[in-house]
Amino acid sequence: MFGQQVMSGLATGSLYALTAVAVVVVFRNTRVINLAQGDFAMIAAFLGIVFLKNFQLNYYLMLPLVILCSMLLGVLVERLVMRPIADTDWLTLFTATLGVYYILHGVAGWVWGRDTKAFPVTFDAKPISVFGTLVSEGHLFNMAWAVCIGLVLFLFFKYTKQGIAMRAVTDDPETAKLMGIPVRFIVLLTWAMAGFLAAFAGILLAPIVYVSPEMMDEVLVKGYVAAVFGGLYSIPGAILGALMIGVAENLAGGYLGAHYKTATAFAMIVVLLTFRPKGLFGIQARREI
Amino acid sequence: MALLELENVEANYGAVRAVRGISLSVPEGAIVALLGANGAGKSTTLKAICGAVRTHAGRIQLDGKPIANLSPNQIVKRGVALVPEGRKIFKDLTVKENLAMGAYARGDKAGIEADYRVVFDLFPRLEERQRQLGGSLSGGEQQMLAIGRGLLARPRLLLLDEPSLGLAPIIISSIFEALRKINRERGTALLVVEQNVHLALRNASFAYLLQVGRIVVEGPTEKLRADKEIVESYMGVRH
Ligand SMILES: Nc1ncnc2c1ncn2[C@@H]1O[C@H](COP(=O)(O)OP(=O)(O)O)[C@@H](O)[C@H]1O
Ligand SMILES: [Mg+2]
Repeated sequence: MFGQQVMSGLATGSLYALTAVAVVVVFRNTRVINLAQGDFAMIAAFLGIVFLKNFQLNYYLMLPLVILCSMLLGVLVERLVMRPIADTDWLTLFTATLGVYYILHGVAGWVWGRDTKAFPVTFDAKPISVFGTLVSEGHLFNMAWAVCIGLVLFLFFKYTKQGIAMRAVTDDPETAKLMGIPVRFIVLLTWAMAGFLAAFAGILLAPIVYVSPEMMDEVLVKGYVAAVFGGLYSIPGAILGALMIGVAENLAGGYLGAHYKTATAFAMIVVLLTFRPKGLFGIQARREI
Repeated sequence: MALLELENVEANYGAVRAVRGISLSVPEGAIVALLGANGAGKSTTLKAICGAVRTHAGRIQLDGKPIANLSPNQIVKRGVALVPEGRKIFKDLTVKENLAMGAYARGDKAGIEADYRVVFDLFPRLEERQRQLGGSLSGGEQQMLAIGRGLLARPRLLLLDEPSLGLAPIIISSIFEALRKINRERGTALLVVEQNVHLALRNASFAYLLQVGRIVVEGPTEKLRADKEIVESYMGVRH
C-alpha cells in the first residue's frame, strides 16, 4: 500500500516536474514568472483531442504535431507579448503573463466550451508489478516519458551549442551578448522549450484530469512551488521538488483522506517559503558568493 | 588603410557623455594601447567597437567598411573579439564550454578544433582544467580563459579590457608574454586597455591616452616612454 502510494505520487510528481522545469528555464533566462505555462499545456491537451478525434490521427502522429503547435505558441507569446516589453520591470512582465493566462483561458473556453472533456486515449488501470509494487500502466507510461524528456533536456544542455548558449545566457546575459551569442534568439528558444515541455504536460495529464480550460490551474501552482524549491534556478532542484510534492500529496490523500491532497501541497509551499525563502538551491545564495 | 579606424566617435549613457569624440586607429597586426584613469571612457570605447554600446556620432570602420551599430554577433563574425573587463567568465560553464561560447558565431568545426589546440598549447593549465567550472578557477586562470575564449572567435582584432587587473606580477608577465606570442604567431592585432602605464608602454607600439572621454596624448610608445611623467600625470599617479 505504502509503496503503491509512493509510486503513483512519483508518477504525478514527474508530470508536475514538466511544468516546474519550464517555469525555471523561462525565469532564469528572462526574469519572467510565466503564469501562462499551465495554459500552454491546456491548449496542447485540447489540440490533442482535435488531432485524435476530429482528424482521427493516431497517438504518435498527434504527439509531434501537438509539440510543434505548442512550441509555436511559446514563440508567439515571446514575440508578440514579452519581447516588446522585455526591458520593463518584473512586475510588468509578470502582469503580462497573467494577461496571457486570461486570454488563453478565454480562447479555449470560447473555441472548445467550458465543460470538461474526456481525453480519447485512456490507460488501463490494470496494475503491473514493478519490484513487487503494483503500478498502473498509465503511471508507468507517464514516468517513462518524463524520464526520457529529462534525458533529452540533459543532453541538450550539456552537449549542444544552443543548449550551452542557453546556460551561458542564464549565467550572464550581458557577457553572452558581448561574445556574439544572439541573446534574443536564445530567449526565443527558451520559450519554445517551455512550449515543448507544456505539450507533454498537457498530453500526459489529459487522461488523468479531464480536459478543460481550468485543467492546469492547480498543476501550475504546484509546478511553481517546485520551481521555487529549486530556487527558480536549479533544474534538478525543481524536479526533486515536484517529486516531493507528488509523493506528499498522494500519501496525504491515501492516509488522511482525499480532501487533504491539495491542502498538503499548499502546506508544503508555506513551510518552504517560511524556512527556505530562496529555495534549497537558491539563486540568491549562489549570487552572493 | 588601418584594420580598425575610429573617427570622432561619441557614445552616451543617457545624459552621461562617456566618449566625446575619439579618433584612433589600429594597423593590421599591431599592438596598440589605450590608457586612462578610471572613468575615462576606455571600456565604453571597446564596447562601442564591438557593438554592445550604441554610438551617437562618428564612424567606426573595419577594413574600411563601417561597423558602427552592427550587432555584436555580426561584429564577432567580422573578426573582432573582446576580452571583457573583470574577465566575465561564465561561472557555471566548464572551461571547455566557455571556450565553445567564444566560437558561437563560427560554423567551421575543424577550425574550431584547431583553435582549442592553439589555446591549450598557449595555456596548458586550461587543458588540465577543461572539465572544471569556470567559477572554480583562480583569477589568473580566469584571465587566461577569457583570452582563450576571445581567441576561439578567431579574431583578427582582439580587444582586451584591463587584462592585468588584480593579478600578481608574475601572472601578468606570463599573460602578456602569451599575448605577444598570439600577436607574433597569428598576426592578431591587439587593442589593449590598461591603467598600468609601464606594462602598456612596454608591450605596445603605439598608445593613446584618454581623459574624460577625449584623447589627450598619443604617439609611438618609444617616444611616450621618454615622457612617462606626462603620461602618468594625466592618469593620476598610479603604479
Ligand atoms: N552602464 C552605464 N550607465 C551609465 N553610465 C556609465 C555606464 N558605464 C559607464 N558609465 C560612465 O561612463 C563613463 C566612462 O566609463 P568607462 O567607459 O567604464 O570608463 P573606464 O573603462 O575608462 O574606467 C564613466 O563616467 C562611467 O561612470
Ligand atoms: Mg573600464
